[in-house]
Amino acid sequence: MDFFLQLVITGLVVGSVYALVALGFVLIYKSSDVINFAQGEFLLVGAYIALTMVMLYNVPFLAAVALTLGFCVLLGLLVERLVLRPFIGEPVISVIMATIGLSLLMRGLVQMIWGTDTRTFPGIFSDTPIRMGELVVSSVYLWSLALAILLLVVFNLFFKYSSTGIVMRAAADDQMAALSMGISVKRIVAITWAIAAVVAAVGGILLGNINGINPTLAYIGLLVLPVVILGGLDSIPGAIVGGFTIGLLEALAGGYLDPIFGGGVKEVAPFVVLVIVLMIRPYGLFGKEIIERV
Amino acid sequence: MPRNPLVMDCGIFTTRYKDDMAILHHPGAKLKVLAVIIVFAAFPLFASPYYVGVANLVGIAVIGALGLNILTGYTGQISIGHGAFMGVGAYTAGILTATHGLSFWIALPLGGIAAALVGAFFGIPSLRLKGLYLAIATLAAQVIIHFLIIHTPSLTKGTAGMVLPAPQIGSYRLDNDLSFYYLILILTIAAVVFATNIFRSRVGRAFMAIRDRDLAASVIGINLFQYKLLAFALSSFYAGVAGALWGHYMGVISPEHFTINMSIMYLAMIIIGGLGSIMGAIFGAFFMTLLPILLREAVSLFGGVFANISGIILSMQDAIFGLIIILFLIYESEGLAKLWKNFKEYFKLWPFSY
Repeated sequence: MDFFLQLVITGLVVGSVYALVALGFVLIYKSSDVINFAQGEFLLVGAYIALTMVMLYNVPFLAAVALTLGFCVLLGLLVERLVLRPFIGEPVISVIMATIGLSLLMRGLVQMIWGTDTRTFPGIFSDTPIRMGELVVSSVYLWSLALAILLLVVFNLFFKYSSTGIVMRAAADDQMAALSMGISVKRIVAITWAIAAVVAAVGGILLGNINGINPTLAYIGLLVLPVVILGGLDSIPGAIVGGFTIGLLEALAGGYLDPIFGGGVKEVAPFVVLVIVLMIRPYGLFGKEIIERV
Repeated sequence: MPRNPLVMDCGIFTTRYKDDMAILHHPGAKLKVLAVIIVFAAFPLFASPYYVGVANLVGIAVIGALGLNILTGYTGQISIGHGAFMGVGAYTAGILTATHGLSFWIALPLGGIAAALVGAFFGIPSLRLKGLYLAIATLAAQVIIHFLIIHTPSLTKGTAGMVLPAPQIGSYRLDNDLSFYYLILILTIAAVVFATNIFRSRVGRAFMAIRDRDLAASVIGINLFQYKLLAFALSSFYAGVAGALWGHYMGVISPEHFTINMSIMYLAMIIIGGLGSIMGAIFGAFFMTLLPILLREAVSLFGGVFANISGIILSMQDAIFGLIIILFLIYESEGLAKLWKNFKEYFKLWPFSY
């Protein structure tokens, strides 16, 4: 039973990070129908920049996080302007390939700058684990769970009440109608990319504190795809539910099935679920069904 | 009628449907194709074994890229699982030759067929899924197949990899670059001719109709399910043959060769070469195979300047691939094939272009 609870906690923590990264995917998809295969690389860049500031320039951790987020806003805007803007109205395959190209470019640059060794954040969260009854949970896990949930709540409120958030939802719902209401869709898309980069950077910093940072961290961008498909590409609650579900699934599959199959089930289980979901409900649990007419 | 070599083309004028369907429209084109084939056949006579080896890799890449172009370029179904389908072909053929001692000549087509079946299976979602969702489904195929290759060590020897025997004709072993060169050349030419012919047939036209608008295609009576699966199967067959060839040429296969990076590499080939064009697949395969080699040579010139050069090269290669993909997509989305066409058209009118 302890083992089970331990797995559940791990699953929830990983799931909360997944939900964060998935949120970035969903935001971009909702506002511009683009799926960003470079989301994992945004995460990598965020994590490395925060790390460099903390390690090389001795910036206090919170200040470093704030600066990193500021930088990621710029990065998101820049990427949108230089790479994505030319693809407005282009076929899906071009856009997909452009973001795949972007991911290669960013991963290459990151490796050229920071190398491929695993680096760890200096102990920012206390090392003493927290005891909850029988369970032992390291404080990093709790922090990241709390932060992720906080961010998810903040974004939900942002979309519900702030005028920018409402405008973004309008643009996502119907670009043409939004344009005719005097909303600048280009501006909205740019903001979306900035937010997505920021969210990814937060995810990167959290994961970096849990596992250390190396370029393979970028693969989380692919691991999150089952999350967004499960929840539906255009649903924010879907991203959150999907994130926790896939996180739990991964942890449980890893805990119980890995010893049987000799490892690796953890990585592949979400994709098996993905195929099943795609066969049964192609638009995810909460996604909007698209009806096509000739 | 013999053509005056000094007179320029001004168009293709045919009077019968049969002429209209010809691949090569005039005797000059036939001569040109013959000349190209002769150049390729004579290539090993004046090139060093190293370059023959490079040419072999290019040939295999051409077969793989043609396969992906059939699916993605002509039928419009995005696949991020091409590398895994190559792996299926390589491992099927490898298990048949290495473990069961079957002849390579039987194992090669069987590898292709196995890949075609697996490809068709993962193509099933394509009936309901489009664009992004399909891309993600094929990505899942990539991950799942890779997992299966690693975790069935009784068949595939897992991460350790397999050693494959060299193919034989009678008692002659094809175990060097040169002997493989002609095998690959013949198969590549066959692959190009077959692919060219598909798109002059009913099947090929159905593929293109599906790409342009699948609902409209189904309204005019094209069975979407059947043709989409056929496209997946054909494309994966090419991939499987390319994988089987590659495995037996290298002599060793292991799961790390058939990762998502391989799939992305092939996607990059057809994007840079030109989507929906046979020449595009060929150009793309040349470009993407030669680029890393040229890059390595260029960087080795500056070898003294940077320390830790080999580590940087790999990262730089990624970055440059990414940059080139983006630039091609933005500035010439029809790829190298279009550039080549523009170049030819320019000289058709030169010096009297207006």
